[in-house]
Amino acid sequence: MMALYSNPRLLSVVRGAVEPLAEALGFPAPLRRSITRAVDEALTNIMRHSYGNRPDRPIALYFRKIRRQNGESAEQGLEILLCDRGPAINPGKLRGRPLDEIRPGGLGLHLIHEAMDKVEFTRKGLTNRLRLVKYLDKAGIED
Amino acid sequence: MRISARRNNKTTIFDLSGDIDFANSPEVRQSVLREIQEIRPSRVVVNLTEVRYIDSSGVASLVEGLRASRDLGSRFILFGLSTAAREVLQLSRLLKVFEVYDSEDEALAP
Repeated sequence: MMALYSNPRLLSVVRGAVEPLAEALGFPAPLRRSITRAVDEALTNIMRHSYGNRPDRPIALYFRKIRRQNGESAEQGLEILLCDRGPAINPGKLRGRPLDEIRPGGLGLHLIHEAMDKVEFTRKGLTNRLRLVKYLDKAGIED
Repeated sequence: MRISARRNNKTTIFDLSGDIDFANSPEVRQSVLREIQEIRPSRVVVNLTEVRYIDSSGVASLVEGLRASRDLGSRFILFGLSTAAREVLQLSRLLKVFEVYDSEDEALAP
């Protein structure tokens, strides 16, 4: 578990923790980079949109190793839960924009969805919860 | 993250180093746009050789630089992309939108 404030200067600290964690679970380099990118983009969205750029609001991240059955084999994965106490968000707005337009902004959600197998947003009490899951199939396991 | 600029004839080269994320992408955006609007170089070259990571807000800053350059009829060129930078531009479908080269020599070729 990591607890941090919504200060953008802490983004590099989180990236520095997530990539080795993904490595320890056996994710190969391209997946480590994409998982790290997804967490970074999700945190940035919380800082910008949920907390309106206020740098002193709480964010919690929970990391959990998970398993699922895929046919006869079991796949392991990484579950990351990001929690913030900002106002409720309309989940319909968490889709990202089409990429056929060349304009700045709106790419973060697209990068999150590209990287992860599951992206689930829920509101529980006063907390926004974003659950990110990435599974590692056996072909992708790094020795 | 550090940013510095070199000017040569009508070309400005920005040397960036470190990670570009939401903490510092506004500085990149401001530096690039100010240069384009005030100096009006005919070619803006962004050296990403020392940039290990760039997030979507960093990409957005580069897109703004590209658009501002195009508005003035200038070229906006990137070179020295790391694997991570190349991936993020590819995933954003922007890799082919920018002029991208491997080295500074190629970026500065007429």
